[in-house]
Amino acid sequence: MYKKSLSYPYLLWAAAFIIIPLLFIVYYGLTDRSGAFTLANLAAIATAEHSKALMLSLLLSLLSTVICLLLAYPLALILSNSRLGRSGFIIFLFVLPMWMNFLLRTLAWVVLLDTNGVIDSLFQALGLPRFKIINTPAAIVFGMVYDFLPFMILPIYNVISKIDINVINAARDLGANSFQTLYKVIFPLSLPGVISGITMVFVPSLTTFVISTLLGGGKILLIGNVIEQEFMKGTSWHVGSGLSLVLMLFIILSMVLSSKYDNGEGNVL
Amino acid sequence: MSNRLIDLQHITKIYDGHKVLDDLNLYFNENKFLTLLGPSGCGKTTTLRILGGFETPDEGRVIFNGEDITSLPPNKRSLNTVFQKYALFTHMNIAENIAFGLKINGKSKAYIDDKIKYALKLVNLDGYEKRMPDSLSGGQQQRIAIARAIVNEPKVLLLDEPLGALDLKLRQEMQYELIRMKNELGITFIYVTHDQEEALTMSDTIVVMNQGYIQQIGSPEDIYNEPTNAFVADFIGDSNIFPGIMVEDKVVKIFDTIFPCVDTGFGHNKPVDVVIRPEDVELSAPGSGILDGVVSHLIFKGVHYEMEVTACGQEWLVQSTRMHPVGEQVSIFVDPFNIQIMNKPESEDEEAVVLDV
Amino acid sequence: MIKRWIQRFYLFFIVLFLYAPIGTLMVLSFNDSRTSVKWGGFSLKWYVRLFENETILAALGNTLLLALLSALFATVLGTSAAIAIHHMKKRRQNICMSIVNIPMLNAEIVTGIAFMLLFITLGNLLSVFGIHFEMGFGTVLIGHITFNLPYVVLSVMPKLKQLNNSMYEAALDLGAGERQAFFKIVLPDIMPGVLSGFLLSFTMSLDDFVITHFVKGLGADTLSTLIYSELRKGIKPEMYALSTIMFLAVFFVLLAVNLKPQEHSASEGHR
Repeated sequence: MYKKSLSYPYLLWAAAFIIIPLLFIVYYGLTDRSGAFTLANLAAIATAEHSKALMLSLLLSLLSTVICLLLAYPLALILSNSRLGRSGFIIFLFVLPMWMNFLLRTLAWVVLLDTNGVIDSLFQALGLPRFKIINTPAAIVFGMVYDFLPFMILPIYNVISKIDINVINAARDLGANSFQTLYKVIFPLSLPGVISGITMVFVPSLTTFVISTLLGGGKILLIGNVIEQEFMKGTSWHVGSGLSLVLMLFIILSMVLSSKYDNGEGNVL
Repeated sequence: MSNRLIDLQHITKIYDGHKVLDDLNLYFNENKFLTLLGPSGCGKTTTLRILGGFETPDEGRVIFNGEDITSLPPNKRSLNTVFQKYALFTHMNIAENIAFGLKINGKSKAYIDDKIKYALKLVNLDGYEKRMPDSLSGGQQQRIAIARAIVNEPKVLLLDEPLGALDLKLRQEMQYELIRMKNELGITFIYVTHDQEEALTMSDTIVVMNQGYIQQIGSPEDIYNEPTNAFVADFIGDSNIFPGIMVEDKVVKIFDTIFPCVDTGFGHNKPVDVVIRPEDVELSAPGSGILDGVVSHLIFKGVHYEMEVTACGQEWLVQSTRMHPVGEQVSIFVDPFNIQIMNKPESEDEEAVVLDV
Repeated sequence: MIKRWIQRFYLFFIVLFLYAPIGTLMVLSFNDSRTSVKWGGFSLKWYVRLFENETILAALGNTLLLALLSALFATVLGTSAAIAIHHMKKRRQNICMSIVNIPMLNAEIVTGIAFMLLFITLGNLLSVFGIHFEMGFGTVLIGHITFNLPYVVLSVMPKLKQLNNSMYEAALDLGAGERQAFFKIVLPDIMPGVLSGFLLSFTMSLDDFVITHFVKGLGADTLSTLIYSELRKGIKPEMYALSTIMFLAVFFVLLAVNLKPQEHSASEGHR
């Protein structure tokens, strides 16, 4: 009915600006300066500095993913159960912050988390132990959770709010209590959203260089920082591409994992 | 020839290697209510879509008023369609929906307003101009869909199972409405349905289709009383269809029992299908009819009782206003005029198969 | 009752978490002191200085222009792609959707350096033919359009799935040409999806830092890259003032939009 040619501009665009750029990374990652084939750029991940950065990245991103999941799931449940979920409230809640610049929002945490900052002062006033996490890996995890939490909440909320209320009623009818209903019926049904949320948080956490720069005080290097420096400080594009390829391996792994469960329900939108 | 409004010539349509229509020939006259009837997958909807211009046949031509319109797009055809699920434009109110075609054709505002009034009156929904489609019931939406189509003064209105989504009561009401509208408008209605009752109620002519072939064309009475093959007999109403042998003219043998009939010209000892409508089977005291049997089932259906009589190891479906209890010995009699003899299907394509209805 | 109270409290806690930095920035924008640590009294001076700071205003102009252009372009391209993909056979559809998703699922840093490699190589290649090409506003625009595309396609797709195809056929049947049928019937019907795709694109573009960072070259600073370059010197409080203005503007627009069609969204929830 509609003309097939409608897809051509998009496909052309996708080829030029999605596929070909990725091929460039593959090319640079697998060659040296002279253009000869080499695996040295991939092997560069094994150097002490690089592997330490990768390990730290993996650790922090896993941590932030778990924290996001633990924070987001109850919230998604609450929102899907309340009237708030139905109006534009959710979009309001999660899209609105994006209108305040991402860098500034993250930087604001410096003010809040700083030694003698807002939270620390509050802790002191309440007689609690000092709150000193700025410029530590903990602050980076904090920033990751802050920045990517909406990407965990939205897919889970989307899936849960689409669960037929009668399925839940049926579970109750068949004798399950609220907790049994939650973990035997709601949770399995919400799995596509959970998986999608996990990738949506894990991938940007793993690859960020901004959050570590802003909240890590410039001393903590994540794999993202290493790659960024290879490119922007002009060290070596080849090594940078090689490391990116290694990073992409983890990204693809998590995507494959998520696509196994994904039936389109867990989309962020 | 001259009063043929639409002429479908040698239409063949293939989807994914499957012939949905095979060399279909059919013509439609002016000012008739014509129904394409058949089970789903029989090609009736495809035929309608070819008429409407939504599909192009792989072979054959569509002639409209003497003009070849085979490859004319839908917007250039003076036929309009009433779609299965109404397809009202949900973002427009009723008046805007009805005005859509007229505005496209650049009609004046006064003309359009006039037409909207007229059309809403015709479908008994005066005063609904400002309502939104969502706020209307299924039956009302259907009427608007009809109104929207007819304001364009098509020569032919195509209706694709328009009553399918309505409940029984409303459906029967709409059947009378449709007949009234057709008479008022004086145009041809081509109606697609799988509901034989709808077809029998409304049509001037019924085209029974199966597996891309036309099985029979005729008036409702013809189709009901004189089905040409077992498929038609089975599809239209309830029937007893038995294998039989045409012994000679006016004599047919069913289960080794001779029944007199009125059909001639089948030759001697020719295998045939015999169709007997359940209301034509008469029951009487044992020994007084042609064939004796025992009543094996009994259901009360409101206007009549429906019984099954076992005779010669075969179940006979019987409808009668007189009740015979299960286990009663009865005798079966059939008036020779009510026995319908049909040739056995010759090719596989003609075979009476009901697809996934 | 207690359960409800806990739920409310939890919701409040998350909202506080999400909005605490925003509140902080707003407070800082009224801080008379230059440092972000000390409160020096209430002042509007950063708001006044903001409109004298040409660097910030230029970056703002770039940011808004980029957001507008990239969202517009992505919306047109993405909507037409969504329509085409919607009408494809299942297998091709799956392949196309995987490609659509790449810029959204892939790491921003990878997308960014991939663009950078492409544009620099392209620049080197073109210089052989004597054509001067370097990264700047144009390349940032291309980058933003590309990562906006999935958001448009994914916003429009569900609307297309809901669309009753016989509505389109009905329009043709009533005399509309394919173009008319599309613009009068199909487009209005999928418009909510197209609009949310546009708005989402606009917002994503506005908020982007990473891609811009890699493909902006020497020219074309956006607010994000300007802030990043000021990191070491310390952020100018004018930036806080600007963010506060932008945030509040959008807040009130969204508030107005969300409060008005309450009835409509409620009826949609019933479906």
